[in-house]
Amino acid sequence: MADFILEMRNITKRFPGVIALNDVNLNVKRGEIHALCGENGAGKSTLMKILSGVYPHGSYEGEIVINGEEQRFGGIRESEKAGVSIIYQELELIKELDVGENIFLGIQPLKMGTIDWNRLYFDTRKLLQDVGLDIDPGIKIKDLGVGQQQLVEIAKALRKKTDILVLDEPTAALTEHEIELLMKILHDLKNKGITCIYISHKLNEMFRIADSITVLRDGKSIATHKLNEVDEPKVVSLMVGRELEERFPKKEHSPKEVVFELRNFTVYDTEYQDIAIIENVSLSLRKGEIVGVFGLMGAGRTELVSSIFGAFGGKKNGSVLVHGKAVEIHEPRDAIVSGMGLLSEDRKRYGLIINQSVSSNMTLASLDRICDFGRINSSKEFYLTGEYVKDLDIKVRSLDSKVSSLSGGNQQKVVLGKWLMTSPDILFLDEPTRGIDVGAKYEIYNLMNKLVDQGVAIMMISSELPEILGMSDRILVMHAGRFSGEFLYGEATQEKIMYYATGGE
Amino acid sequence: MPVDNSDVQEKKRGMLPAAFRSNIMAYTMVFALIGIWVILFILTGGTFLTPRNLAMLFRQTSMIAILSLGMVLVIISGNIDLSVGSVLGLCGTVAGILQVWYKWAFLPTLIVTILIGIVIGFWQGFWIAYMRVPSFIVTLAGLMIFRGVILGMTKSVMIGPMIDEFKLIGQSYLSHTVGWVIAALAIIFIIYRTIAGRGSRKKYNLKLAAAYVDLLKVILISILFVGFVTIMNLYGGVPTPVLILIGLAVVVHFISTKTKFGRSVYAVGGNREATRLSGINTRKVTLFVFVLVGFLCSIVGIILTARLNAATSSAGNMMEMDTIAACVLGGASLMGGIGSIPGAICGALVMASIDNGMSLMNMEYYWQYVAKGLILIFVVCADISTKKSE
Repeated sequence: MADFILEMRNITKRFPGVIALNDVNLNVKRGEIHALCGENGAGKSTLMKILSGVYPHGSYEGEIVINGEEQRFGGIRESEKAGVSIIYQELELIKELDVGENIFLGIQPLKMGTIDWNRLYFDTRKLLQDVGLDIDPGIKIKDLGVGQQQLVEIAKALRKKTDILVLDEPTAALTEHEIELLMKILHDLKNKGITCIYISHKLNEMFRIADSITVLRDGKSIATHKLNEVDEPKVVSLMVGRELEERFPKKEHSPKEVVFELRNFTVYDTEYQDIAIIENVSLSLRKGEIVGVFGLMGAGRTELVSSIFGAFGGKKNGSVLVHGKAVEIHEPRDAIVSGMGLLSEDRKRYGLIINQSVSSNMTLASLDRICDFGRINSSKEFYLTGEYVKDLDIKVRSLDSKVSSLSGGNQQKVVLGKWLMTSPDILFLDEPTRGIDVGAKYEIYNLMNKLVDQGVAIMMISSELPEILGMSDRILVMHAGRFSGEFLYGEATQEKIMYYATGGE
Repeated sequence: MPVDNSDVQEKKRGMLPAAFRSNIMAYTMVFALIGIWVILFILTGGTFLTPRNLAMLFRQTSMIAILSLGMVLVIISGNIDLSVGSVLGLCGTVAGILQVWYKWAFLPTLIVTILIGIVIGFWQGFWIAYMRVPSFIVTLAGLMIFRGVILGMTKSVMIGPMIDEFKLIGQSYLSHTVGWVIAALAIIFIIYRTIAGRGSRKKYNLKLAAAYVDLLKVILISILFVGFVTIMNLYGGVPTPVLILIGLAVVVHFISTKTKFGRSVYAVGGNREATRLSGINTRKVTLFVFVLVGFLCSIVGIILTARLNAATSSAGNMMEMDTIAACVLGGASLMGGIGSIPGAICGALVMASIDNGMSLMNMEYYWQYVAKGLILIFVVCADISTKKSE
């Protein structure tokens, strides 16, 4: 059937001890944007690795048909030849090389056996225009924002003959504005006849852009629908196998006394020491409340919490008060001692020691609790870790399992467990649900409610508006290093928040 | 090796942190070691496994093994130390000069030598941890600086002979009785730990291994202890450097697995930033890893000078390379975060076995370098491919 550009038929992929994909079918029509969704571990990435030839023909069962011809990819190069390009969640650009060098890596245009740099940068500029990126092709990747890097990846894919473009979680690290831009570019690409497979956890994006959707759950393809036939609750229920009545388990909290206060807090850039990235900010957190902080990329949200926590390199002024007393915080351990915890935005870089066990990760911030006279008591460690694993419902085979073997949601819970073990009074959560599936998100929300009931003050930073609206007792909006708006739960709307986040007065 | 076996026993009990247990290579190493021993046994017509040669072999192992106790922690913390050979050479030289030229007594010599090792550790650790100079650079500089200091101090003259008490450290053997007493104490300690461990697990309601499994392990370990002392006693007794190695290995193994500091070393190597954000003083951890290495270098310097009965300007040359190789053979990852004390000792034993076996076979010296280099590549390659297939 020429109607379909790509058919993946009855794909089954086994790993020792597990079936990752079980008789999966994926049919993608020519020229459409096809959303692929499912919880983490549902098999999306495995399926795409089969499509890209990472898992070569013979290592799986079933067949791949592109343009009506069966394909047997022995490796990535062969799938690229057949017109498949994949942009992974973790970008694969070389940070120390510039944009042009990255885009033409391996196929640099030659003139008399040496690289024709003029031609390379000329072509690069044209490709960048196609993706709406107005930057110098000679700029190094490390100097670009994540959003721009994503677009460079797309430009790189367009340089090759690409019929099928796969995007794996392209917007996980993007700001609203950048997402907007990406959506527009995908639309343009679609008009040029490029078929796109779009993997995402963000349903609203899919509904905005995709034509049809395939849902995977537990390694099986559950359903394929035209998007105008379904709505968000329906897709969510297909993904998790149950109807979620309410995506945010909002509970009434009764905030008590102020436990944390920030007065006239100013933070300077690490390199340009006279530029303030946080300017004269004051705020207070009360026992038993969730304060949501929303801001677009560059608003200074992460810099705010990490400098409160003593983890940011820049100079800072102003005072921090915990339980009414001023505290001096130079290093993260000062913050921990005064009862704070920080779940940072990038769990692999700042939260986890990826090749170590669940138990050694969870006890890292509270080693004193498991020591008897300076000697680590392994039994105590296992007992304590076990309690938190049970409490947080972390799915692990054993407490010795490396955290690298866990799904994103469970990894996030391990980091959360690490902080809960320190019994904090004040918990800063920086993007607590980034890159984790719907079910795990819901569990994290429930945990936040439970903690607040126990008297913890939570400050949650998020770039997902529904999350901010759905979970916060109070919402602070940041713009350019200041708080530009404050709302109570129920008062705020997406439009109002966005208005202040984009600089409205 | 008793130390190694206590690890195997703990491993089966499943109580160690994963960074430690994940170290499949330690098992690979035991097999590689047995394989190499069998080959050398055949090639040397049986001479390799005689009590006399085994005593030699273990004594030969002790110095690299003691160095690797520190080196493996350096590697786990994500650093490297290229200076150990020069540092131990310097300490050995100081020990020689104090006795021979300045007629110092035994104890003051020992104390000052050890202090010098520790001070050098602070010096290098300071640059690495607080001034953020990469450890490769600081210790490469150390390799040159301290070798230069040795040459300046000795004027390339051999310094000797040492006083008698001092010589004993490198040359003597424990009396048979002392050997047995130590074995007995070790066995009693293992039994005590097994019982205490079961008690503690019971207290926290954790799953308990069947009693006969633990009993079997204790018996197995006891047999190995007794066997080791028996074989050593068949020749002259347990060599003193081997006793020093065992003592230090037990302490450093304890530090690395059972203390906050040890945990922090693994954590710093695994992810420095996440460790700092968890409230751990990563600089202090790095500093003290290098202080520990400095201390261990001074011990090895003392043993080497005592054994040679002389301090020479070339003492310790190239020993940093053997030590790093031993750690890597023992499963340490140069990326940091992974490695173990028993593994490193095993690695040191492999290196020494090759040296020892090839000289027994009267092969020319240069072959030892070639053989050790090749084995390093093969073992690491085997490790990578077993990990891939998992």
